[in-house]
Amino acid sequence: MAKKLESTLGNMLLSLVLLSMVMSAALAFVYLRTKGPIEAAAQQKEIAAIRQVLPEFDSDPNAAKTEQDGVIVYRLSKQNQPVGYAIKTYTEKGFGGHIELMAGFLPDSSIHQVTVLSHKETPGLGTKMSDLKFSNQFLGKNPEEYVLRVRKDGGQVDAITAATVSSRAYCDALQRAFDTFIIVNDSLYNE
Amino acid sequence: MGNLKYFTNGLIKENPSLVLVLGTCPTLAVTTAAVNGLGMGAATTFVLVCSNLLISLLKNYIPDKVRIAAFILVIATFVTIVDLVMKAFTPDLYSALGIFIPLIVVNCIILGRAEAFAQKSKVLPAILDGLGMGLGFTLAITLLASIREILGNGTLFDLRLMGENASTILVFVLPPGAFITYGLLIAIMNRIKLKFNI
Repeated sequence: MAKKLESTLGNMLLSLVLLSMVMSAALAFVYLRTKGPIEAAAQQKEIAAIRQVLPEFDSDPNAAKTEQDGVIVYRLSKQNQPVGYAIKTYTEKGFGGHIELMAGFLPDSSIHQVTVLSHKETPGLGTKMSDLKFSNQFLGKNPEEYVLRVRKDGGQVDAITAATVSSRAYCDALQRAFDTFIIVNDSLYNE
Repeated sequence: MGNLKYFTNGLIKENPSLVLVLGTCPTLAVTTAAVNGLGMGAATTFVLVCSNLLISLLKNYIPDKVRIAAFILVIATFVTIVDLVMKAFTPDLYSALGIFIPLIVVNCIILGRAEAFAQKSKVLPAILDGLGMGLGFTLAITLLASIREILGNGTLFDLRLMGENASTILVFVLPPGAFITYGLLIAIMNRIKLKFNI
């Protein structure tokens, strides 16, 4: 076995500097190689979510995309007829903080479909907000007359058992999406 | 072949999760579903094998006084590689494991093997040791995750084993369930080791 390098200042510096340089180079290489796929994967996830919440469309989601206070609105159409809006909304009121939803609104402002993008809720309790049992009650409802609050708070939404906070947060995010929808929709008519 | 014992060492005799009780943070945290356990195990195994290999190659060029810094540098690089690759090619698994992928850097199994084994060994034993330890870890946490997923969620690898409305023992997918299951597995492992005198 070859002799081990002595722990002199020069040796220590040299070995660490060389090692850092080689490792950074390796990382840079991997980073460049994975950069494209990472972006593509994120994009694909977004588009898959949009497809889930709206009827069939053929326009490019990124072509008509606006942002309003952190809420992203995609306007989709099919053969130049408006299909609806996919709205990426959020709330900070979840039991575990931040929740992101993708909500699909039809042009008549009713909810077509909602899907949960990310959350940190309690497994088995708050996570039930992705269950159809809970999310199906919103389908086809128009927030103009449908009060987006849980029954406890005087609304019309059946909360998830033992996860009222998560249910409230869900409604909060949907309300935010609807408010944004109204703003964006109005500004379109005024153009 | 004498080298084989380095490989089998990590599987049972010195299983990092169930005997050495190292790396308990990911063991407890990500094992809510069997897929997560398997993914975490695979990522850790990759880092373990690569860092063991590189550290055993470089052992004569790393001065003793800065060895820990050098080890962490090597480990952090491989972890970041895993992080980027998983983000690019398995985005779903990546979002399920979340922060625990970057946290492999501070997983004591990896630093422990670098310090206790790789820096004193030849390349082949170091690789076999990394592979054995990694597989031992993977098996242990996948088993733990399977038990928790079946009891807590009624599924295994996302396959439904019970009816949609079957009541499950929710506590098993919550943190206390992790400790309970982990403790029982360690007890069973001790029993097995005692019985077969390993």
